[in-house]
Amino acid sequence: MKGRHGLIAACAIIYFFLMLPLLVVFPISLSSAPYMQFPPPGFSWQWYERYLDDPQWIDATWRSLYVGVATAVLALALGVPLAFSLVRGKFFGRGILDRIAMAPVIVPTIIVSVAVYGLFAKLKLIGMWYGLVVAHTVLALPFVVLVMVAGLRDFDRGLEQAAEGLGASRLRTLMRVTLPLLRPSLVSAGLLAFITSFDEVVVALFLSGANMTLPKKMFDNILMEIDPTIAAVSVMQIVLVTIVLVLIGRFGRGLSATAR
Amino acid sequence: MSSTSKGFLPAIPALVLLGVFFLYPVIRMLGFSIETGNLDWYAKALGEGLYLQVFWNTFQIAVFVTFFCLLLGYPLGFLIATTTPFWATMGFIFVLLPLWTSVLVRTYAWMVLLGRNGVFNRMLIDAGIVADPLPLLHNLTGVLIGMVHVLLPYMVLPVYGAVKRLDPSIVAAAQGLGASSWRIFWRIYLPLTLNGIFAGSVIVFVLSLGFYITPALLGGGRVMMIAVLIEQQVRETLNWQFAAALSAVLLGFTLAVYALAQRAMRPEAAR
Repeated sequence: MKGRHGLIAACAIIYFFLMLPLLVVFPISLSSAPYMQFPPPGFSWQWYERYLDDPQWIDATWRSLYVGVATAVLALALGVPLAFSLVRGKFFGRGILDRIAMAPVIVPTIIVSVAVYGLFAKLKLIGMWYGLVVAHTVLALPFVVLVMVAGLRDFDRGLEQAAEGLGASRLRTLMRVTLPLLRPSLVSAGLLAFITSFDEVVVALFLSGANMTLPKKMFDNILMEIDPTIAAVSVMQIVLVTIVLVLIGRFGRGLSATAR
Repeated sequence: MSSTSKGFLPAIPALVLLGVFFLYPVIRMLGFSIETGNLDWYAKALGEGLYLQVFWNTFQIAVFVTFFCLLLGYPLGFLIATTTPFWATMGFIFVLLPLWTSVLVRTYAWMVLLGRNGVFNRMLIDAGIVADPLPLLHNLTGVLIGMVHVLLPYMVLPVYGAVKRLDPSIVAAAQGLGASSWRIFWRIYLPLTLNGIFAGSVIVFVLSLGFYITPALLGGGRVMMIAVLIEQQVRETLNWQFAAALSAVLLGFTLAVYALAQRAMRPEAAR
Protein backbone atom coordinates (compact mmCIF):
# COMPACT_ATOMS: atom_id res chain seq x y z
CA MET A 1 0.00 0.00 0.00
CA LYS A 2 1.34 3.39 -1.07
CA GLY A 3 -0.57 5.48 1.44
CA ARG A 4 0.84 3.46 4.30
CA HIS A 5 4.35 4.95 4.03
CA GLY A 6 2.94 8.46 4.15
CA LEU A 7 0.90 7.55 7.23
CA ILE A 8 3.91 6.09 9.01
CA ALA A 9 6.02 9.15 8.20
CA ALA A 10 3.28 11.47 9.50
CA CYS A 11 2.94 9.42 12.68
CA ALA A 12 6.71 9.46 13.24
CA ILE A 13 6.55 13.27 13.28
CA ILE A 14 3.56 13.25 15.65
CA TYR A 15 5.35 10.84 17.99
CA PHE A 16 8.36 13.14 17.89
CA PHE A 17 6.08 15.99 18.99
CA LEU A 18 4.66 13.81 21.80
CA MET A 19 8.02 12.62 23.10
CA LEU A 20 10.13 15.76 22.59
CA PRO A 21 9.20 17.46 25.92
CA LEU A 22 9.91 14.24 27.80
CA LEU A 23 13.30 13.82 26.15
CA VAL A 24 14.51 17.41 26.37
CA VAL A 25 14.58 17.46 30.18
CA PHE A 26 17.18 14.66 30.34
CA PRO A 27 20.16 16.60 28.89
CA ILE A 28 19.16 19.78 30.75
CA SER A 29 19.03 17.97 34.08
CA LEU A 30 22.69 16.92 33.57
CA SER A 31 23.91 20.36 32.49
CA SER A 32 26.94 22.02 34.06
CA ALA A 33 25.69 25.51 33.16
CA PRO A 34 24.47 27.65 36.06
CA TYR A 35 21.27 28.47 34.19
CA MET A 36 19.17 26.98 31.41
CA GLN A 37 21.35 26.51 28.37
CA PHE A 38 20.93 24.23 25.39
CA PRO A 39 22.84 22.26 24.29
CA PRO A 40 24.47 21.88 27.74
CA PRO A 41 28.14 22.98 27.78
CA GLY A 42 29.17 20.06 29.99
CA PHE A 43 28.09 17.25 32.27
CA SER A 44 27.34 17.53 35.96
CA TRP A 45 25.13 16.05 38.69
CA GLN A 46 24.71 19.45 40.35
CA TRP A 47 20.94 19.74 39.84
CA TYR A 48 20.29 16.31 41.31
CA GLU A 49 22.55 17.23 44.26
CA ARG A 50 20.72 20.48 44.72
CA TYR A 51 17.40 18.63 44.75
CA LEU A 52 18.62 16.06 47.29
CA ASP A 53 20.22 18.74 49.51
CA ASP A 54 17.14 20.96 49.62
CA PRO A 55 14.87 19.94 52.51
CA GLN A 56 11.94 21.73 50.84
CA TRP A 57 12.12 19.50 47.75
CA ILE A 58 12.58 16.33 49.81
CA ASP A 59 9.77 17.32 52.13
CA ALA A 60 7.45 17.97 49.18
CA THR A 61 8.39 14.63 47.60
CA TRP A 62 7.61 12.67 50.78
CA ARG A 63 4.32 14.49 51.21
CA SER A 64 3.31 13.68 47.62
CA LEU A 65 4.25 10.04 48.11
CA TYR A 66 2.22 9.47 51.25
CA VAL A 67 -0.70 11.55 50.06
CA GLY A 68 -0.65 9.44 46.87
CA VAL A 69 -0.53 6.14 48.75
CA ALA A 70 -3.29 7.22 51.16
CA THR A 71 -5.41 8.38 48.20
CA ALA A 72 -4.94 5.03 46.46
CA VAL A 73 -5.95 3.13 49.62
CA LEU A 74 -9.01 5.28 50.29
CA ALA A 75 -10.09 5.34 46.63
CA LEU A 76 -9.88 1.53 46.48
CA ALA A 77 -11.68 1.10 49.81
CA LEU A 78 -14.58 3.23 48.57
CA GLY A 79 -14.42 2.66 44.82
CA VAL A 80 -14.31 -1.14 44.76
CA PRO A 81 -17.56 -1.60 46.75
CA LEU A 82 -19.13 1.15 44.64
CA ALA A 83 -18.19 -0.72 41.46
CA PHE A 84 -19.77 -3.91 42.89
CA SER A 85 -22.98 -1.95 43.52
CA LEU A 86 -22.97 -0.51 40.02
CA VAL A 87 -22.41 -3.84 38.27
CA ARG A 88 -24.29 -6.30 40.48
CA GLY A 89 -26.83 -4.21 42.33
CA LYS A 90 -30.43 -3.92 41.27
CA PHE A 91 -31.84 -0.85 42.89
CA PHE A 92 -33.72 2.28 42.06
CA GLY A 93 -31.44 5.13 40.93
CA ARG A 94 -28.48 3.07 39.81
CA GLY A 95 -28.14 5.19 36.67
CA ILE A 96 -28.03 8.35 38.79
CA LEU A 97 -25.40 6.80 41.06
CA ASP A 98 -23.29 6.01 37.99
CA ARG A 99 -23.49 9.66 36.89
CA ILE A 100 -22.57 10.94 40.35
CA ALA A 101 -19.55 8.59 40.46
CA MET A 102 -18.32 9.91 37.10
CA ALA A 103 -19.14 13.58 37.81
CA PRO A 104 -15.70 14.55 39.22
CA VAL A 105 -14.10 14.03 35.78
CA ILE A 106 -16.82 16.03 34.02
CA VAL A 107 -16.94 19.03 36.36
CA PRO A 108 -13.87 21.20 35.57
CA THR A 109 -11.14 20.68 38.20
CA ILE A 110 -10.85 24.43 38.79
CA ILE A 111 -14.48 24.44 40.01
CA VAL A 112 -13.95 21.44 42.31
CA SER A 113 -10.75 23.05 43.65
CA VAL A 114 -12.31 26.43 44.37
CA ALA A 115 -15.41 24.83 45.92
CA VAL A 116 -13.44 22.51 48.22
CA TYR A 117 -11.06 25.36 49.05
CA GLY A 118 -14.02 27.44 50.21
CA LEU A 119 -15.29 24.64 52.43
CA PHE A 120 -11.87 23.67 53.81
CA ALA A 121 -10.96 27.29 54.58
CA LYS A 122 -14.03 27.41 56.82
CA LEU A 123 -13.18 24.06 58.44
CA LYS A 124 -9.50 25.08 58.89
CA LEU A 125 -8.35 22.12 56.78
CA ILE A 126 -6.00 24.06 54.48
CA GLY A 127 -2.48 22.64 54.67
CA MET A 128 -3.66 19.37 56.28
CA TRP A 129 -2.44 16.34 54.41
CA TYR A 130 -5.64 14.36 55.07
CA GLY A 131 -7.74 17.17 53.59
CA LEU A 132 -5.73 16.78 50.40
CA VAL A 133 -6.19 12.99 50.52
CA VAL A 134 -9.97 13.38 50.71
CA ALA A 135 -10.05 15.85 47.80
CA HIS A 136 -7.71 13.68 45.69
CA THR A 137 -9.87 10.65 46.43
CA VAL A 138 -12.87 12.47 44.91
CA LEU A 139 -10.82 12.98 41.72
CA ALA A 140 -9.41 9.42 41.67
CA LEU A 141 -12.70 7.65 42.38
CA PRO A 142 -14.04 7.77 38.78
CA PHE A 143 -10.88 6.05 37.48
CA VAL A 144 -11.08 3.32 40.11
CA VAL A 145 -14.77 2.79 39.29
CA LEU A 146 -14.08 2.67 35.52
CA VAL A 147 -11.34 0.04 35.84
CA MET A 148 -13.23 -2.06 38.41
CA VAL A 149 -16.52 -1.96 36.52
CA ALA A 150 -14.71 -3.19 33.40
CA GLY A 151 -13.06 -5.95 35.46
CA LEU A 152 -16.35 -7.02 37.06
CA ARG A 153 -18.22 -7.09 33.75
CA ASP A 154 -15.77 -9.71 32.42
CA PHE A 155 -15.92 -11.70 35.65
CA ASP A 156 -17.15 -15.30 35.46
CA ARG A 157 -19.71 -15.58 38.26
CA GLY A 158 -19.78 -19.35 37.88
CA LEU A 159 -16.59 -19.48 39.95
CA GLU A 160 -18.29 -17.76 42.87
CA GLN A 161 -21.31 -20.03 42.58
CA ALA A 162 -18.99 -23.04 42.63
CA ALA A 163 -17.31 -21.80 45.83
CA GLU A 164 -20.65 -21.15 47.51
CA GLY A 165 -21.98 -24.47 46.27
CA LEU A 166 -19.04 -26.16 47.99
CA GLY A 167 -20.07 -24.52 51.26
CA ALA A 168 -17.91 -21.39 51.41
CA SER A 169 -19.45 -18.42 53.19
CA ARG A 170 -20.06 -15.22 51.21
CA LEU A 171 -17.16 -13.47 52.94
CA ARG A 172 -14.84 -16.41 52.30
CA THR A 173 -15.88 -16.49 48.65
CA LEU A 174 -15.18 -12.76 48.36
CA MET A 175 -11.75 -13.01 50.02
CA ARG A 176 -10.58 -16.26 48.47
CA VAL A 177 -12.18 -16.25 45.02
CA THR A 178 -13.55 -12.90 43.87
CA LEU A 179 -10.85 -10.46 44.98
CA PRO A 180 -7.85 -12.66 44.00
CA LEU A 181 -9.35 -13.06 40.53
CA LEU A 182 -9.81 -9.29 40.29
CA ARG A 183 -6.20 -8.62 41.31
CA PRO A 184 -5.10 -7.26 37.89
CA SER A 185 -7.93 -4.73 37.94
CA LEU A 186 -7.17 -3.82 41.56
CA VAL A 187 -3.49 -3.23 40.73
CA SER A 188 -4.37 -0.99 37.76
CA ALA A 189 -7.00 0.93 39.72
CA GLY A 190 -4.68 1.47 42.70
CA LEU A 191 -1.75 2.67 40.59
CA LEU A 192 -4.03 4.91 38.56
CA ALA A 193 -5.38 6.47 41.77
CA PHE A 194 -1.83 6.95 43.07
CA ILE A 195 -0.69 8.72 39.89
CA THR A 196 -3.84 10.87 39.82
CA SER A 197 -2.90 12.20 43.25
CA PHE A 198 0.87 12.27 42.71
CA ASP A 199 0.59 14.41 39.54
CA GLU A 200 -2.31 16.58 40.69
CA VAL A 201 -1.62 20.33 40.71
CA VAL A 202 -4.78 22.42 40.72
CA VAL A 203 -6.38 21.07 43.91
CA ALA A 204 -2.96 21.04 45.63
CA LEU A 205 -2.45 24.68 44.60
CA PHE A 206 -5.48 25.64 46.67
CA LEU A 207 -5.42 23.14 49.52
CA SER A 208 -1.80 22.44 50.39
CA GLY A 209 -1.03 25.88 51.88
CA ALA A 210 2.51 26.02 53.27
CA ASN A 211 2.77 22.22 53.29
CA MET A 212 3.54 21.84 49.61
CA THR A 213 3.21 18.72 47.53
CA LEU A 214 5.77 18.07 44.79
CA PRO A 215 3.61 19.44 41.94
CA LYS A 216 2.78 22.58 43.97
CA LYS A 217 6.48 23.15 44.68
CA MET A 218 7.23 22.62 40.96
CA PHE A 219 4.49 25.07 39.96
CA ASP A 220 5.89 27.77 42.25
CA ASN A 221 9.41 27.13 40.95
CA ILE A 222 8.35 27.36 37.32
CA LEU A 223 6.54 30.63 38.02
CA MET A 224 9.48 32.19 39.81
CA GLU A 225 12.63 31.07 38.04
CA ILE A 226 13.60 28.59 35.40
CA ASP A 227 16.23 26.68 37.32
CA PRO A 228 17.43 23.31 36.01
CA THR A 229 16.69 21.72 39.42
CA ILE A 230 13.21 21.30 38.06
CA ALA A 231 14.62 19.36 35.09
CA ALA A 232 16.19 16.90 37.55
CA VAL A 233 12.86 16.58 39.37
CA SER A 234 11.11 16.09 36.02
CA VAL A 235 13.47 13.28 35.03
CA MET A 236 12.75 11.49 38.29
CA GLN A 237 9.03 11.91 37.78
CA ILE A 238 9.23 10.51 34.23
CA VAL A 239 11.22 7.53 35.52
CA LEU A 240 8.66 6.92 38.28
CA VAL A 241 5.74 7.06 35.82
CA THR A 242 7.55 4.65 33.49
CA ILE A 243 8.00 2.22 36.39
CA VAL A 244 4.30 2.48 37.26
CA LEU A 245 3.33 1.87 33.60
CA VAL A 246 5.61 -1.18 33.47
CA LEU A 247 4.04 -2.47 36.71
CA ILE A 248 0.56 -2.07 35.24
CA GLY A 249 1.65 -3.81 32.06
CA ARG A 250 3.17 -6.65 34.08
CA PHE A 251 0.68 -7.13 36.94
CA GLY A 252 -2.34 -5.05 35.96
CA ARG A 253 -5.12 -5.36 33.44
CA GLY A 254 -3.64 -4.52 29.99
CA LEU A 255 -2.57 -1.01 29.09
CA SER A 256 -5.42 -0.43 26.72
CA ALA A 257 -7.99 -1.51 29.30
CA THR A 258 -6.56 1.05 31.69
CA ALA A 259 -6.58 3.75 29.07
CA ARG A 260 -10.25 3.35 28.43
CA MET B 1 -33.33 -6.48 52.05
CA SER B 2 -36.11 -5.42 49.74
CA SER B 3 -35.77 -6.09 46.04
CA THR B 4 -35.63 -2.38 45.16
CA SER B 5 -32.41 -1.84 47.15
CA LYS B 6 -30.46 -5.01 46.36
CA GLY B 7 -26.73 -4.30 46.39
CA PHE B 8 -27.03 -0.62 47.31
CA LEU B 9 -25.27 -0.94 50.68
CA PRO B 10 -21.64 -1.12 49.38
CA ALA B 11 -22.15 2.15 47.49
CA ILE B 12 -22.98 4.15 50.61
CA PRO B 13 -19.43 5.02 51.85
CA ALA B 14 -18.39 6.34 48.42
CA LEU B 15 -21.67 8.18 48.08
CA VAL B 16 -21.14 9.87 51.45
CA LEU B 17 -17.64 10.99 50.42
CA LEU B 18 -18.89 12.37 47.09
CA GLY B 19 -21.83 14.05 48.80
CA VAL B 20 -19.82 15.75 51.55
CA PHE B 21 -16.63 16.63 49.68
CA PHE B 22 -17.85 17.10 46.12
CA LEU B 23 -21.57 17.77 45.65
CA TYR B 24 -22.06 19.85 48.80
CA PRO B 25 -19.03 22.17 48.33
CA VAL B 26 -19.79 22.71 44.63
CA ILE B 27 -23.46 23.53 45.25
CA ARG B 28 -22.55 25.68 48.26
CA MET B 29 -20.04 27.65 46.18
CA LEU B 30 -22.37 28.10 43.22
CA GLY B 31 -24.93 29.44 45.70
CA PHE B 32 -22.68 32.44 46.45
CA SER B 33 -23.52 33.81 43.01
CA ILE B 34 -27.14 34.48 43.99
CA GLU B 35 -26.47 35.52 47.60
CA THR B 36 -27.44 39.06 46.74
CA GLY B 37 -30.90 37.86 45.77
CA ASN B 38 -30.55 38.91 42.14
CA LEU B 39 -28.63 37.94 39.03
CA ASP B 40 -26.27 40.94 39.03
CA TRP B 41 -23.13 38.78 39.08
CA TYR B 42 -24.35 36.84 36.06
CA ALA B 43 -25.15 40.11 34.30
CA LYS B 44 -21.56 41.17 34.98
CA ALA B 45 -20.11 37.86 33.75
CA LEU B 46 -22.14 37.77 30.56
CA GLY B 47 -22.76 41.48 30.01
CA GLU B 48 -19.41 43.23 30.37
CA GLY B 49 -17.24 43.17 27.28
CA LEU B 50 -14.08 42.35 29.19
CA TYR B 51 -15.46 39.12 30.65
CA LEU B 52 -17.42 38.18 27.56
CA GLN B 53 -14.10 38.39 25.73
CA VAL B 54 -12.61 35.83 28.15
CA PHE B 55 -15.48 33.41 27.46
CA TRP B 56 -15.04 33.95 23.73
CA ASN B 57 -11.25 33.40 24.00
CA THR B 58 -11.80 30.19 25.93
CA PHE B 59 -14.29 28.95 23.36
CA GLN B 60 -11.98 29.78 20.45
CA ILE B 61 -8.97 28.12 22.08
CA ALA B 62 -11.05 25.01 22.79
CA VAL B 63 -12.12 24.88 19.12
CA PHE B 64 -8.53 25.27 17.88
CA VAL B 65 -7.20 22.67 20.31
CA THR B 66 -9.91 20.20 19.28
CA PHE B 67 -9.12 20.76 15.61
CA PHE B 68 -5.38 20.21 16.01
CA CYS B 69 -5.89 17.18 18.27
CA LEU B 70 -8.11 15.64 15.61
CA LEU B 71 -5.60 16.44 12.88
CA LEU B 72 -2.75 14.77 14.81
CA GLY B 73 -4.73 12.20 16.77
CA TYR B 74 -6.59 10.54 13.90
CA PRO B 75 -3.48 9.27 12.06
CA LEU B 76 -2.01 7.96 15.33
CA GLY B 77 -5.15 6.15 16.43
CA PHE B 78 -5.59 4.81 12.91
CA LEU B 79 -2.01 3.52 12.69
CA ILE B 80 -2.12 1.85 16.13
CA ALA B 81 -5.42 0.13 15.27
CA THR B 82 -4.22 -1.22 11.92
CA THR B 83 -0.66 -2.32 12.71
CA THR B 84 0.73 -5.59 14.10
CA PRO B 85 0.20 -6.36 17.83
CA PHE B 86 3.84 -5.63 18.67
CA TRP B 87 3.82 -2.20 17.06
CA ALA B 88 0.38 -1.48 18.51
CA THR B 89 1.78 -2.06 22.03
CA MET B 90 4.76 0.18 21.27
CA GLY B 91 2.43 2.77 19.80
CA PHE B 92 0.28 2.70 22.92
CA ILE B 93 3.23 3.03 25.27
CA PHE B 94 4.44 6.20 23.57
CA VAL B 95 0.94 7.71 23.74
CA LEU B 96 0.42 6.72 27.39
CA LEU B 97 3.86 7.78 28.61
CA PRO B 98 3.22 11.47 27.85
CA LEU B 99 -0.38 11.12 29.09
CA TRP B 100 0.87 9.93 32.47
CA THR B 101 3.76 12.35 32.77
CA SER B 102 2.93 15.29 35.00
CA VAL B 103 1.42 18.26 33.16
CA LEU B 104 3.97 20.40 35.00
CA VAL B 105 6.93 18.44 33.64
CA ARG B 106 5.59 18.86 30.12
CA THR B 107 4.77 22.54 30.60
CA TYR B 108 8.27 23.18 31.93
CA ALA B 109 9.76 21.32 28.97
CA TRP B 110 7.77 23.47 26.52
CA MET B 111 9.07 26.59 28.25
CA VAL B 112 12.59 25.29 27.73
CA LEU B 113 11.85 24.49 24.08
CA LEU B 114 9.86 27.59 23.11
CA GLY B 115 11.39 30.38 25.21
CA ARG B 116 13.27 33.40 23.80
CA ASN B 117 16.55 31.66 24.51
CA GLY B 118 14.95 28.26 24.15
CA VAL B 119 16.00 25.29 22.10
CA PHE B 120 13.95 26.13 18.99
CA ASN B 121 14.99 29.77 18.81
CA ARG B 122 18.66 28.87 19.39
CA MET B 123 18.55 26.40 16.53
CA LEU B 124 16.72 28.77 14.18
CA ILE B 125 19.13 31.63 14.90
CA ASP B 126 22.24 29.44 14.69
CA ALA B 127 21.02 28.07 11.36
CA GLY B 128 20.51 31.64 10.14
CA ILE B 129 16.82 31.11 9.41
CA VAL B 130 15.68 34.00 11.61
CA ALA B 131 17.59 36.99 12.97
CA ASP B 132 15.54 37.62 16.11
CA PRO B 133 13.92 35.03 18.38
CA LEU B 134 10.36 34.14 17.40
CA PRO B 135 7.70 34.84 20.02
CA LEU B 136 6.59 31.27 20.77
CA LEU B 137 5.98 31.55 24.50
CA HIS B 138 3.68 33.71 26.64
CA ASN B 139 1.19 33.99 23.80
CA LEU B 140 -1.54 32.02 22.07
CA THR B 141 0.95 29.87 20.11
CA GLY B 142 2.57 28.58 23.29
CA VAL B 143 -0.76 27.87 24.97
CA LEU B 144 -2.05 25.99 21.91
CA ILE B 145 1.09 23.85 21.59
CA GLY B 146 1.02 23.00 25.29
CA MET B 147 -2.69 22.19 25.36
CA VAL B 148 -2.62 20.06 22.19
CA HIS B 149 0.27 18.11 23.67
CA VAL B 150 -1.63 17.45 26.90
CA LEU B 151 -4.95 16.55 25.25
CA LEU B 152 -3.78 14.61 22.18
CA PRO B 153 -3.92 11.17 23.90
CA TYR B 154 -7.61 11.75 24.72
CA MET B 155 -8.27 11.91 20.97
CA VAL B 156 -6.05 8.97 20.01
CA LEU B 157 -7.78 6.45 22.28
CA PRO B 158 -11.40 6.87 21.02
CA VAL B 159 -10.21 6.95 17.38
CA TYR B 160 -8.25 3.76 18.01
CA GLY B 161 -11.37 2.13 19.45
CA ALA B 162 -13.53 3.15 16.50
CA VAL B 163 -11.07 1.91 13.85
CA LYS B 164 -10.58 -1.32 15.79
CA ARG B 165 -14.35 -2.00 15.89
CA LEU B 166 -14.66 -1.61 12.13
CA ASP B 167 -15.31 -4.88 10.31
CA PRO B 168 -12.11 -5.62 8.30
CA SER B 169 -14.07 -7.56 5.68
CA ILE B 170 -15.63 -4.29 4.46
CA VAL B 171 -12.14 -2.93 3.76
CA ALA B 172 -11.09 -6.22 2.16
CA ALA B 173 -14.17 -6.12 -0.09
CA ALA B 174 -13.39 -2.57 -1.22
CA GLN B 175 -9.77 -3.53 -1.92
CA GLY B 176 -10.95 -6.58 -3.85
CA LEU B 177 -13.14 -4.32 -5.97
CA GLY B 178 -10.12 -2.17 -6.79
CA ALA B 179 -10.66 0.91 -4.61
CA SER B 180 -7.58 3.05 -3.99
CA SER B 181 -6.23 3.65 -0.47
CA TRP B 182 -7.56 7.21 -0.44
CA ARG B 183 -10.96 6.12 -1.65
CA ILE B 184 -11.12 3.44 1.04
CA PHE B 185 -10.22 6.04 3.63
CA TRP B 186 -12.80 8.63 2.48
CA ARG B 187 -15.63 6.24 1.72
CA ILE B 188 -15.20 3.58 4.43
CA TYR B 189 -12.88 4.46 7.32
CA LEU B 190 -13.89 8.09 7.76
CA PRO B 191 -17.70 7.65 7.71
CA LEU B 192 -17.56 4.49 9.84
CA THR B 193 -15.30 6.00 12.50
CA LEU B 194 -17.27 9.25 12.92
CA ASN B 195 -18.41 7.97 16.32
CA GLY B 196 -14.83 7.85 17.60
CA ILE B 197 -14.00 11.23 16.06
CA PHE B 198 -17.07 12.71 17.71
CA ALA B 199 -16.38 11.13 21.13
CA GLY B 200 -12.73 12.24 21.09
CA SER B 201 -13.64 15.76 19.98
CA VAL B 202 -16.21 16.17 22.76
CA ILE B 203 -13.74 15.00 25.43
CA VAL B 204 -10.95 17.27 24.17
CA PHE B 205 -13.27 20.25 23.73
CA VAL B 206 -14.79 19.95 27.20
CA LEU B 207 -11.43 19.41 28.91
CA SER B 208 -10.05 22.47 27.05
CA LEU B 209 -12.83 24.69 28.40
CA GLY B 210 -11.75 24.18 32.02
CA PHE B 211 -7.98 24.19 31.46
CA TYR B 212 -5.91 26.02 34.03
CA ILE B 213 -2.24 24.99 34.31
CA THR B 214 -1.14 25.40 30.69
CA PRO B 215 -2.69 28.83 30.05
CA ALA B 216 -1.49 30.02 33.47
CA LEU B 217 2.14 29.05 32.80
CA LEU B 218 2.59 29.17 29.01
CA GLY B 219 0.25 32.13 28.52
CA GLY B 220 2.38 34.28 30.80
CA GLY B 221 -0.64 36.34 31.88
CA ARG B 222 -1.40 37.36 28.31
CA VAL B 223 -3.79 34.57 27.37
CA MET B 224 -6.85 34.78 29.60
CA MET B 225 -9.02 31.70 29.89
CA ILE B 226 -12.05 31.29 32.10
CA ALA B 227 -10.33 28.97 34.62
CA VAL B 228 -7.51 31.48 35.09
CA LEU B 229 -10.08 34.24 35.63
CA ILE B 230 -11.91 32.15 38.27
CA GLU B 231 -8.65 31.49 40.11
CA GLN B 232 -7.79 35.21 40.10
CA GLN B 233 -11.23 36.16 41.41
CA VAL B 234 -10.88 33.75 44.33
CA ARG B 235 -7.24 34.24 45.27
CA GLU B 236 -6.42 37.82 44.30
CA THR B 237 -9.69 39.75 44.27
CA LEU B 238 -11.40 37.52 46.88
CA ASN B 239 -14.64 38.04 44.96
CA TRP B 240 -16.33 34.72 45.67
CA GLN B 241 -19.69 35.79 44.32
CA PHE B 242 -18.32 36.69 40.91
CA ALA B 243 -16.10 33.57 40.85
CA ALA B 244 -19.22 31.53 41.62
CA ALA B 245 -21.16 33.12 38.76
CA LEU B 246 -18.27 32.47 36.34
CA SER B 247 -18.06 28.87 37.59
CA ALA B 248 -21.79 28.39 37.14
CA VAL B 249 -21.60 29.61 33.53
CA LEU B 250 -18.58 27.37 32.80
CA LEU B 251 -20.23 24.36 34.44
CA GLY B 252 -23.55 24.99 32.70
CA PHE B 253 -21.87 25.20 29.30
CA THR B 254 -19.79 22.07 29.98
CA LEU B 255 -22.84 20.05 31.01
CA ALA B 256 -24.82 21.34 28.03
CA VAL B 257 -22.09 20.17 25.62
CA TYR B 258 -22.12 16.74 27.29
CA ALA B 259 -25.89 16.47 27.17
CA LEU B 260 -26.02 17.47 23.49
CA ALA B 261 -23.22 15.03 22.68
CA GLN B 262 -25.04 12.18 24.40
CA ARG B 263 -28.22 12.93 22.49
CA ALA B 264 -26.29 13.03 19.24
CA MET B 265 -24.55 9.74 20.03
CA ARG B 266 -27.68 7.80 20.98
CA PRO B 267 -29.22 7.24 17.53
CA GLU B 268 -25.80 6.11 16.31
CA ALA B 269 -25.54 3.53 19.08
CA ALA B 270 -29.09 2.29 18.48
CA ARG B 271 -28.44 1.43 14.86
